[in-house]
Amino acid sequence: MIAAAAPVIPNFGGNPNSCVRRNETFCWDWVSSHWGSTLRPALIDHLELTVVAVGIGFVIAFALALLAYRYRWLETPVIGVSAFFFTIPSIALFQLLVPITGITRTTVEIALVSYTLLVLFRNTVTGLREVPEDVRESARAMGLTGRQIFLRVELPLATPAIFAGLRVVVVTVIGLATIAAYIIDQGLGKPIFDAIGTQFKTELLSASALAIALALAADTLLVLVQRFVSPWASARRAV
Amino acid sequence: MGEFGSAFTFMADNAHLLLTKSIETIELSAAAMGIALAIGLPIGVWLGHTHRASFLVINASNVLRALPSLAVIALGLAFLGIGFVNVMFALVVLAVPVILTNAYAAVDGVNPDVVDAARAMGMTPLEVITRVEMPLAVPLTFAGIRTAAVYVVATAPLAGFVGGGGLGDIIVNQPQYRLSGVLAAAIVIAVLALATELLLALVQRMVTPRALRGETEAPAIGPASREIVA
Repeated sequence: MIAAAAPVIPNFGGNPNSCVRRNETFCWDWVSSHWGSTLRPALIDHLELTVVAVGIGFVIAFALALLAYRYRWLETPVIGVSAFFFTIPSIALFQLLVPITGITRTTVEIALVSYTLLVLFRNTVTGLREVPEDVRESARAMGLTGRQIFLRVELPLATPAIFAGLRVVVVTVIGLATIAAYIIDQGLGKPIFDAIGTQFKTELLSASALAIALALAADTLLVLVQRFVSPWASARRAV
Repeated sequence: MGEFGSAFTFMADNAHLLLTKSIETIELSAAAMGIALAIGLPIGVWLGHTHRASFLVINASNVLRALPSLAVIALGLAFLGIGFVNVMFALVVLAVPVILTNAYAAVDGVNPDVVDAARAMGMTPLEVITRVEMPLAVPLTFAGIRTAAVYVVATAPLAGFVGGGGLGDIIVNQPQYRLSGVLAAAIVIAVLALATELLLALVQRMVTPRALRGETEAPAIGPASREIVA
């Protein structure tokens, strides 16, 4: 397993009494000198992995949700299949996909996308179904066409549920994408795994703090966007 | 697909190793779930009963939920060191918000008329909790427990990265176990997670009060959609 002996910090010479060589808890010098070469690229990769996975997952789940909203019988099979993928641990799915799609970004994205479907699908369908019948009828009485009712009434009223799903999915995918670095050497998992190997505390702390900060920032951003697109939802809560 | 064939050969040849490692993973998961239940259930039920602190519960859970498990383990490595305790801490952090929010939402959502009726019948607050609110809250609360358990079993193999034992030991040691061993361990992990889900679905049916069965569809796996709208 991992040797707990004297830490070996790679590529770092210099003064043997320096913070890094003594592996003190946190060395700002290392962070500032490795931001551009190690941490920032990992952060950007991580962001890309997440955005692509959530984007593709959302398109698939939203399309399926629209179909299931119209053809109710579709709901059970779609939930069954997506719950299956939701349950398969990503650490296992990454490995199981390697013989099929290789050690590639595709492998990681397939596993991440498969994880988003259940929550996004279910929240979208639930949000649409929970639009009160009265509201729909009022819209019809006002002369709105089916398409207008969907775009101007049903979809806006479903946004809080859709955003709740997005928030869960985004923070989960950010978390799972750290594990993906075990397969493809990309994302914030890479410095984390490197640091687990070397026991270098500064890298451990800075990389995991970045992953946590990214998840919290993404979550906060989604809350703000949701407040902007459906301000009535938070107003109602405050009553 | 030859790789998968050799994975099954590996399983047959190393059944004992896989069983030992599976038991380690199950032990770690069970210990973490035990602690998470002991923390999440009482707090969730109590806050739901008082209908207070919803803002706090929702926001604290949202923050905890956002923490990537690997990052929590890595942070723990700097402070708690290598091994079982560190990973267990990360798993508890993973499970508590799911258990707590669902228990809170379930008890908080019990029909107030029913609670009033129970009080009018002369039930003490404790009786209201244990004989009215908790039974009615079983489906949603148990859905949270089920989701948390699947998360925990799915994440427990990360222990392999930090010397915490279990099936992850095989996944991280491809030089020794070859791809066939890694794939075999991945298959076992997937089967464990699916088995956890199916087993708990059965238990959920059994613990749901008869009157509530069939009336509403048992909540499916995954984070409940409504109560996390913040």
